[in-house]
Amino acid sequence: MKMEDSYKMTTKNIMIVGVGGQGTLLTSRILGGIITKSGYDVKLSEVHGMAQRGGSVVTFVRYGDCVAEPIVEEGQADVLIAFERLEALRYAHFLKKDGVIIVNDQRIDPITVVTGAAQYPDNIIENLKKEYKVIDVDAMDEAKKLGNAKVFNTIIVGVAAKRMDFDKDKWLEVIESTVPPKTVEINKAAFEAGYAI
Amino acid sequence: MSETKIMLGNEAIARGAYEAGVKVSSAYPGTPSTEISENIVKYPEIYAEWAPNEKVAMEVAIGASISGVRAMASMKMVGVNVASDPLYTVSYIGANGGLVLAAADDPGLYSSQNEQDSRCVARVAQVPVLEPSDSQEAKDFTKLAFEYSEKYDTPVMIRTTTRLAHSQGPVTLEERQEIPDKPYERNAAKHVMMPANAKGRHVHVENRLKQMAEDACGFEINKAVYKDTSVGFITSGIPYTYVAEAMPNASVLKLGLVHPLPRKLIEEFASKVDKLYIFEELEPLIEEQVKSWGIECTGKELFTLQGEYSANMIRERVLGMKLEAAAPAQVPARPPILCPGCPHRSTFSVLKKLGIHGAGDIGCYTLGAVAPLNVIDTTVCMGASISTLHGMEKAKGREYIKNWVALIGDSTFLHTGVNSLMNMVYNQSTGTVLILDNSTTGMTGHQDHAATGKMLNGKETKAVSLYHLCKAIGVEHVYEVDAFDVDELETVVKREVARDEVSVIIVCAPCALLKSQATRAKCIAIPEKCKKCGICLVPGCPALTKNEDGTVKIDDTMCNGCGLCMKRCKFDAIERVE
Repeated sequence: MKMEDSYKMTTKNIMIVGVGGQGTLLTSRILGGIITKSGYDVKLSEVHGMAQRGGSVVTFVRYGDCVAEPIVEEGQADVLIAFERLEALRYAHFLKKDGVIIVNDQRIDPITVVTGAAQYPDNIIENLKKEYKVIDVDAMDEAKKLGNAKVFNTIIVGVAAKRMDFDKDKWLEVIESTVPPKTVEINKAAFEAGYAI
Repeated sequence: MSETKIMLGNEAIARGAYEAGVKVSSAYPGTPSTEISENIVKYPEIYAEWAPNEKVAMEVAIGASISGVRAMASMKMVGVNVASDPLYTVSYIGANGGLVLAAADDPGLYSSQNEQDSRCVARVAQVPVLEPSDSQEAKDFTKLAFEYSEKYDTPVMIRTTTRLAHSQGPVTLEERQEIPDKPYERNAAKHVMMPANAKGRHVHVENRLKQMAEDACGFEINKAVYKDTSVGFITSGIPYTYVAEAMPNASVLKLGLVHPLPRKLIEEFASKVDKLYIFEELEPLIEEQVKSWGIECTGKELFTLQGEYSANMIRERVLGMKLEAAAPAQVPARPPILCPGCPHRSTFSVLKKLGIHGAGDIGCYTLGAVAPLNVIDTTVCMGASISTLHGMEKAKGREYIKNWVALIGDSTFLHTGVNSLMNMVYNQSTGTVLILDNSTTGMTGHQDHAATGKMLNGKETKAVSLYHLCKAIGVEHVYEVDAFDVDELETVVKREVARDEVSVIIVCAPCALLKSQATRAKCIAIPEKCKKCGICLVPGCPALTKNEDGTVKIDDTMCNGCGLCMKRCKFDAIERVE
């Protein structure tokens, strides 16, 4: 018998990474919603507490017929959704060889760079493109075009949704039931804008 | 058809309490346990509150249990230390209405000051421990905990870790059981723990654990599944999911009850597998007991005492697999920092200028210990800032602490800091205490407390006055200063540290993330006036960076217009616009 028969082919692994306070938790809630709506088993694992104060944050999303562990481990992610360039680079080694990176082309200097203790790396996206399939989007710029910078994370959801196997209508239903009632329309518009990229 | 909902582990524990017919819940916030109470309060059938600390929360639950209803206290693992005094003794008293303590451990130290294992506390307190491995079990085991509590006349701990508390998974919802209140009868031999009575109850405690250990061999939540018997794992909780992921064909004894252990079941399992591994995060609680029974097994020789486990740990250390993954890139670290507009940054900028050392405490402001602020020298536990400063003075004399202050948040001060301040007054300290009053429990995500004027359910209530509290315990010099009035703060701090009496400075300004602080004001940089001196950057606000030419740049999506940078600029190169 093969004891190491472990990577379940049906399980999809997604990571959402960013800087604490950027709104990665809302994105994971929308993802969790669409996955559940589509009848899969799902586990999501997120970070609360101190790291949410401007630190590097990561959310794991795993779905399939039957999901055991709640985390994605190195070399296993199918999709890496990064809200910030440096965070894309930090977690890129979690991707499978044919993994996809969706990265928001934004730079937020960590305190180590602000104080001069470290340098913010140059050409992150260009270098990642040499190794992985990379879709880069300036979501903050897109969101400002819509008149509300805060919905940049829903634009990123739209970009990711285009590359996943769920119905567009279902996505919109989940967004409607997840975001605050007053922001439904602007979030739907943001999703559409991202979906068109 | 019953409804299925995706729930956080903590949300599922709250749901379990609801379905179990719980009537009273008390807690103090602490990552990763906070969301239990934040979800329990959504059920109007349950009275739910924030207590000032975990000892109070535990005692509230004990009172409710003695009176005959099902009750729960929830807290993070270091809170269990605070609650351990009542816990050790209620173990003797047992339960009338079911009594459950939800304790959340933090292997990997995501948001804690140590990596302790609450199972060990429960073992010493002789309290049974249930450990779920996903959200569904979190709900089911919580309900079971109340049943066991009443059946065995014992408080029961339900133990989670961060990875379960903050993971979401599907949960099937059921109806709430309406449990009739148990009758209350005066029973001093059971409820009054004085020596003669406690002697008798200690016998009950020993018998109850022995009985439960025997019964546990037949509990459904302790489940042996035999597949390939060349390898067997004894495991529980989240580590079980890593075993299931990495070696789905191995034989597994999954323990739902991790204390007391089902010895006969374990002996039987061990005899049927060729090689036995014990896979448990943190302390070797199961392993040491299994080894003490003369059973050969491998645990901490192979797996760590620190941090979280993973499926890859099994693949590498048990299967000897070489994992295929790219090497991590060498990138600058991104540690957590104080938010843009945080009043603590303003306070720290003043203390840093004055060269003052801080005896620190537990909260967001612990981040004042790291660059670029570097003000806080010590952090131990909730409330320790004030007492450690007092200890320094008593060791080295008054002069030694002339450039020291104690730094403690409003919620932390009410938690256990107030006792330490009493000690300062009583024992003639001359130290200065800064209460960093941001009107909330910030780090854990904005919970109300006894001085905010609001309860867990959002209703208004009396607010404890920090000023009058300090006055009432005998501090004569109490001053309130706006955290962003840096000149005034500097003057008051200089004056008070020099004073040969104990003093308190309440540094007020609400947390920048509170909804009430939503503001349209922004600071903007005027590059033509900027002399590139960098003085605005010193306090380390994340909204401020440099342009390529060295002038300062302010990110308008992050800035909340607190004005600290503007006040520091000597060239009017930063303006505030509404």
